[in-house]
Amino acid sequence: MATRNTSTLARFMMAPAVGLLLIWMIVPLAMTLWYSFQNYNLLNPINRSWAGFENYYYFYTDPAFWQSIANTMTIVLGVLAITVIGGILLAILIDQPMFGQGFVRILVISPFFVMPPVAALIWKNMIMHPSYGVFADMARWLGFQPVDWFGQYPLFSIVIIVAWQWLPFATLILLTALQSLDGEQKEAAEMDGAGVLSRFIHLTLPHLARSITVVILIQTIFLLAVYAEILVTTNGGPGFASTNLAFLIYRTALLSYDVGGASAGGVIAVILANIVAFFLMRTVGKNLDR
Amino acid sequence: MARAVTTQRKVFFTVASWAVALLIFFPILYTVITSLKSETEAIQGFGLIPSFTFENYVLVQTQNGYFKPFMNSVVISVGSTLIALLIAVPAAWAMAFSPTKRTKDILMWMLSTKMMPAVGVLVPMYLIFRDTALLDTRLGLTVVLTMINLPIVVWMLYTYFREIPGEILEAARMDGASLWNEIVHVLTPMAVPGIASTMLLNIILAWNEAFWSIRLSAANAAPLTAFIASFSSPQGLFWAKLSAASTLAIAPILVMGWFSQRQLVRGLTFGAVK
Repeated sequence: MATRNTSTLARFMMAPAVGLLLIWMIVPLAMTLWYSFQNYNLLNPINRSWAGFENYYYFYTDPAFWQSIANTMTIVLGVLAITVIGGILLAILIDQPMFGQGFVRILVISPFFVMPPVAALIWKNMIMHPSYGVFADMARWLGFQPVDWFGQYPLFSIVIIVAWQWLPFATLILLTALQSLDGEQKEAAEMDGAGVLSRFIHLTLPHLARSITVVILIQTIFLLAVYAEILVTTNGGPGFASTNLAFLIYRTALLSYDVGGASAGGVIAVILANIVAFFLMRTVGKNLDR
Repeated sequence: MARAVTTQRKVFFTVASWAVALLIFFPILYTVITSLKSETEAIQGFGLIPSFTFENYVLVQTQNGYFKPFMNSVVISVGSTLIALLIAVPAAWAMAFSPTKRTKDILMWMLSTKMMPAVGVLVPMYLIFRDTALLDTRLGLTVVLTMINLPIVVWMLYTYFREIPGEILEAARMDGASLWNEIVHVLTPMAVPGIASTMLLNIILAWNEAFWSIRLSAANAAPLTAFIASFSSPQGLFWAKLSAASTLAIAPILVMGWFSQRQLVRGLTFGAVK
């Protein structure tokens, strides 16, 4: 269909976007890979030398590395569990007939638009602060000792904050999917005498399956990279208790000025993200064919 | 009878939904309330009724210079969005209207660049910025945010453009419309809503981006994300002021967000959920 002329034009129109993204992807990635094999510290930049796999060796034998991997997994899995289960329940609730549904939607979606540093500081100071937070006020009112959330349960606290930010996203996507569920099908199932639970398992859940997959995959990409929330609340501490892989690389690069070590960490972060990306691309790609 | 039952159900679900929704919204509401308290009031324990003082909003400007980071946020998020659109509109257009066998692969590849974790390239980006004097400049952050969001912009535009029926194009061509006329008079009016929604979502994403904007900026080009993050250092309890700064930082984007719920779903799921 496309004549030779238009296809040349099409290529010309695509060139800037493709070219720029190509440079954006390849140049920094190649540099990361190159630096990861170098002894290179910004505090002593003259002494650069070939390191072989030394950086990788030091990075991977560092106990902080394994702890950061465990913390990354905890954040990703913890937030996913809360947002997916909570999102399904919330979407079903909001999908029911009610007064002021539009307003409820607006309230529920709002946390998603709060920039990460604000979200984290609100929770840290106003909600979870051990002496002046709302939780502490509630605990005292009920006669309990207030909890020092970020001191005692730093990782859990971060999971709570990040889950609060992402619950609206999961809810909104699942609600959109729910609203495309055929009303007649629901009525038919109801007439057949299917109970609430059986309708949920046999009708709603299968219908939501693809959206749930999309929610999990997209969130995972972002959750692997949680950064600002940690920076403004615990700064990775106490010790490395709330340092995830992204934060460990930042610490190595910009606090220890270890270019080689941070690059080795960067390479593994890229590999991890690519494993997730592979599955996401397959899901999106399948959708594109339809 | 049946009607009474549905009304009862409706009231029940209304109460339940409102309760849950208010609980989720509470941290934001409480921030707005705290911003209207005095500093001593703010740490006096739980209270939902502030003394409605606006001194914090004044202090945020006079003591912390709120306006500068605000303008940085505006320039960077709007600037990067406009540049991204300039690059993405022709590309998405070409892919939607003269697709080839490779179009799908190119789209998927563009999406894959979005998957690259920022920390993976933190070191080279930092060094490149340092050596080209782009550190702590609006230009530098605008370039980074343009590139970060470009794949999403191309994708969103592509899903919108694809919905414009090709027959209209052909009809215009048959009538002897030139390519220029075809673009200006036939396609543009149909494409504007899609471009507008893409723009809206992209400004939101750029405004809230909190990795590069914090790491690649300092006093000069710091947008609101970095400005707010600087409140985390414990130099005393300025919660009312922090709340005022936070309220100002999220209010415009919150309102934009309310208007872009549908586009959000589409843009962030790459068209997989509509």
